[in-house]
Amino acid sequence: MAENDFLQAAWFLLVGVLLAGYAVLDGFDLGVGMQHLVTARTDEERRILMNSIGPVWDGNEVWLITAGGALFAAFPKVYATTFSGFYLAMMLILAALILRAVSMEFRSKAEGRRWRAAWDVAFSAGSVVPAILFGVAIGNVMRGIPLDANGDYAGTFAGLLSPFALAVGLLSASIFLAQGSAWLMLKTEGAVAGRARRAAVAGIAAALVLWVVVTVWSRAEAPGLWDAFGGILPWAAPVVAAAGLGAAGLAVRANRAGLAFLGTSSAIAGMMATLGLGLWPELVPAREAGEPLTVAATASSDLTLTVMLIVAIVGMPLVIAYTTWVYRAFRGKVRIDEHSY
Amino acid sequence: LDVEQLARIQFAVTIAFHFFFPSISIGLAALIVILETMRVRNVRGRAETYDRAASFWTRIFALTFAVGVATGIVMEFQFGTNWAEYSTFVGDIFGAPLAAEGILAFFLESTFLGVLLFGRDRLGSRVRWFAALMVSVGTLLSAVWIIIANSWMQTPAGFEVIDGRARLTDFFAAALNDSTIPRYLHTVAAALTAGAFVALGVSAWYVLRRRHLSVARAVLPVALVMAFIGAGGMFATGDISAKQVAVTQPAKFAGIMGIYSTASGVPMTLWALPPTQDPAALPQGPEIQVARLLSFMTFGDWNAPIQGLEEFPAPDWPPVAISFLTYHNMVLLGTLMLLVMAFGAYYLWQRTIFRRPFWLRAAVLATPLPIIAIQLGWATAEVGRQPWIVYGVMRTADGVSRVVPAEQVALSLGLLVGMYVLLGSVWLFLMRRELGHGPAPSPEGADEAGLDELPRREPALRPDPTAA
Repeated sequence: MAENDFLQAAWFLLVGVLLAGYAVLDGFDLGVGMQHLVTARTDEERRILMNSIGPVWDGNEVWLITAGGALFAAFPKVYATTFSGFYLAMMLILAALILRAVSMEFRSKAEGRRWRAAWDVAFSAGSVVPAILFGVAIGNVMRGIPLDANGDYAGTFAGLLSPFALAVGLLSASIFLAQGSAWLMLKTEGAVAGRARRAAVAGIAAALVLWVVVTVWSRAEAPGLWDAFGGILPWAAPVVAAAGLGAAGLAVRANRAGLAFLGTSSAIAGMMATLGLGLWPELVPAREAGEPLTVAATASSDLTLTVMLIVAIVGMPLVIAYTTWVYRAFRGKVRIDEHSY
Repeated sequence: LDVEQLARIQFAVTIAFHFFFPSISIGLAALIVILETMRVRNVRGRAETYDRAASFWTRIFALTFAVGVATGIVMEFQFGTNWAEYSTFVGDIFGAPLAAEGILAFFLESTFLGVLLFGRDRLGSRVRWFAALMVSVGTLLSAVWIIIANSWMQTPAGFEVIDGRARLTDFFAAALNDSTIPRYLHTVAAALTAGAFVALGVSAWYVLRRRHLSVARAVLPVALVMAFIGAGGMFATGDISAKQVAVTQPAKFAGIMGIYSTASGVPMTLWALPPTQDPAALPQGPEIQVARLLSFMTFGDWNAPIQGLEEFPAPDWPPVAISFLTYHNMVLLGTLMLLVMAFGAYYLWQRTIFRRPFWLRAAVLATPLPIIAIQLGWATAEVGRQPWIVYGVMRTADGVSRVVPAEQVALSLGLLVGMYVLLGSVWLFLMRRELGHGPAPSPEGADEAGLDELPRREPALRPDPTAA
C-alpha cells in the first residue's frame, strides 16, 4: 500500500499533543490531589482544593480518553501491545482514576467526618497512583520493552519495575506536584496558598534533580533516544523544559503564581517534546529482543488517518475555544457557594 | 476459567455496570434542557419553580454522570488490555469512532457540565441554559460514535482484510452500516425513556407523599410526556431494529426468536420455555404463540419464510437460551411500560393525573423498568452476536489478548468487581439521600397552591355540618 508519510507524522504529532495536553491539564488536577491531605487540613480547605479543579477536571481527563482513542485509531498495534503488556499497571491506573473521579462528587454529598476522611484518602490515592504510573509507563517506553515475533510484550510485570522506570515515575509525580501547586497558588489564598507555595518549591526542586538524573541515566538505559539530538535544533525541546523549570522556580520565589504555572506547563510540554523527538520514528523501541513498533509499520490506513485528521482539524479548535472560555469564566480565587463540592 | 472466559466476564460486568449510568443520564440531560427552557421562557409564570426543578435534577444528573465517566474509561481501555488481538485487527476502523467521540462529544459534555454545575450563581441565566443544551447534545453525540463502533461489530461494512488486519475502504459505508441508524434510534429512545421514568417515578413519589409539591407537579407532566413518547418510540424503533437483524444477522435472529427449523408463516412466540443449544433436546412445554405474526412483522407478508438455526453450523449459533430470554423479557417489560404510560397520558389529558393514587404508585414502581429493559436489550444484541466479535469476520475467542496471564485477569476482575460494588452501593445510598432531601425549599405558599388537584390520602373532606 502507498502509505502517506505526512499523515503518519501528523498523527504521531497529534497523539503527542493530546498526551502533552493531558499531562499539562490533568497534571495540575493530579498535583492538587496528591497534596490534598497535606496542603488542606480543615474541611473548608479541602473543599477549596477540590473546588479549585471542580469545574475543569472532567474536561481535562477527556484529553487522556481522546489520546487513548487516537492511539487506538492511528496506531492500533501500539495501543494493543502497550495496554495488554502493561496490564496490571493499566488496571491500577483505571482503579485510581475511578476513585478520583467519584471521590469529589461523593464526598460533597454527605457531611459525616469519617465519610469525608475516607473520600479524602481516596481522592489523594487516586491522584498519586496515576501520577507515578504514567511516568513508569513512559520510562518503560524510553528503555524499550521486549517484544515477541507477533509484536506483543514478551516480558513480565516485574520487568516493568526497573529502577530507571521508577525514577521516571518519580519525575512525573514531582512535575505534576509542581504543576498542581502552581495552580493552587493561582486559585487559593492565605494559609493554603502558603503551603502550596512550599509544595511548589519541593516539586520543582525534585523535578529538576530527577530530570537531570533521568537524562544522564538515559545515556545508558535508552541510548537510542539520543540519536535524534545530533543537530542543534532538537535541543530546543529540552531547553524549553529547563527554562520552564527555572522560570517556575524564580516565579515561585517571587510569588508570581501565573508565571509559575506557565513555567511548569512549559517544562511538561518541553519534556514531552523531548521524548517525542527521541522516539521518532519509533513508538515503542524493542529491548533485548524483537523488532520495534515503528510509526510506519503500525499506522492505520491513509483513509482512516485522513478522516480522523478532518475530525481533529474541525473538532480540536472548537474544543480549545470553549475550554479557554471556561477557564476564563472561572478565573480568580475559589469561592465556595451552595453549588460547590 | 481460562483467559478468554475471564476476559468475557470482565467485559460483560464492566459494560453492564457502565451502561446503567449513561442510560439514565442521557434521558435526564434532555429533561434538564426542557426544564431549563421552561425556566428561561418563564412558562406559566413559574420560572422560580422550574429553576429549582432544573437545579435538583442537575444534581441527580451529576451524581449519575460521575459514575458513568469513571466506569467509561475502563470501557475504552479494556479493548487494548484484554482484547489486544481484536484491537490490532479492527483498530483501523473501530478506533476512529472512539477518538471522534472524545473530540466531538465527550469534551463538549464534560466541559459544559462543569459550567452547568459550578456556574449556577456565577454565570448568566442564558449561559446556564446553553450549558445544559451542550451537555445534552454531547450525550446524544457520544451515543452516535459508540453506536457506530458497536454497530460495525454487528454488521461490518466498508472494509477489506489485508495482512490479517481490517482496512477501511469506505468511511461512510463503515460508519453508516446496516445496523447503525436502527440501533442508534432504539438505544436513544430507550435512554430517553429511562431518564424520563426516573424523573416521573420520583415526582410521583413526592406527590403521593405530598412533599416538594411545586417542583414535583411541574416535572411530572414533562417527564410523563417524555416517557410516553419514549415508550412508544421504543416499539417503533425496536421494530426497525428487529427487521434489520432478520435480514443482516439471520442466525442471531433465529436464536433470539427461538426458531430451529426454516419455515413459512412463522408464528410469534409470546411465551415458551427457553430453547437449548441441542436441537435434539428441544424443550417440551406450554407455548403461547400468535400464528404467522413473526413472518408478518418481519417481512410484511403472513407467509414469508424465516431461516431457522438448522441453516447454520452449530458452532456459529449464539447462546440461544440467553438470547431468547433477554429478548422476550425486554419486550415484556416494554409492553408493561407502554401500558402504564398510556394510562398516564390519558389521565394527563383528562387533567386528573394528580387524583390517581393507584396510577401514581404504579409510576413509582415502574421507575427501574426501562433500565432493566436496556440491560436485557444490550445483552440480546451482544450475546446474540456471539460467537463473533465482528459478525461473520472474527470470532470472539480469537480477539483476546495473548500475553496477559489468567491470574492477572482474575486479579483485575476481582479489583473491578470490588470497585463496582463500592460505587454502586455508594451511588444508591447517595441517591436515596438526595431524593430524600429533594429540591430546594419552596417559597411560602407555592406547595399549597392547587392542592385540591392532588390525590387525597383520606376520603374527601365531609361538608362542614355547622354550615347547614
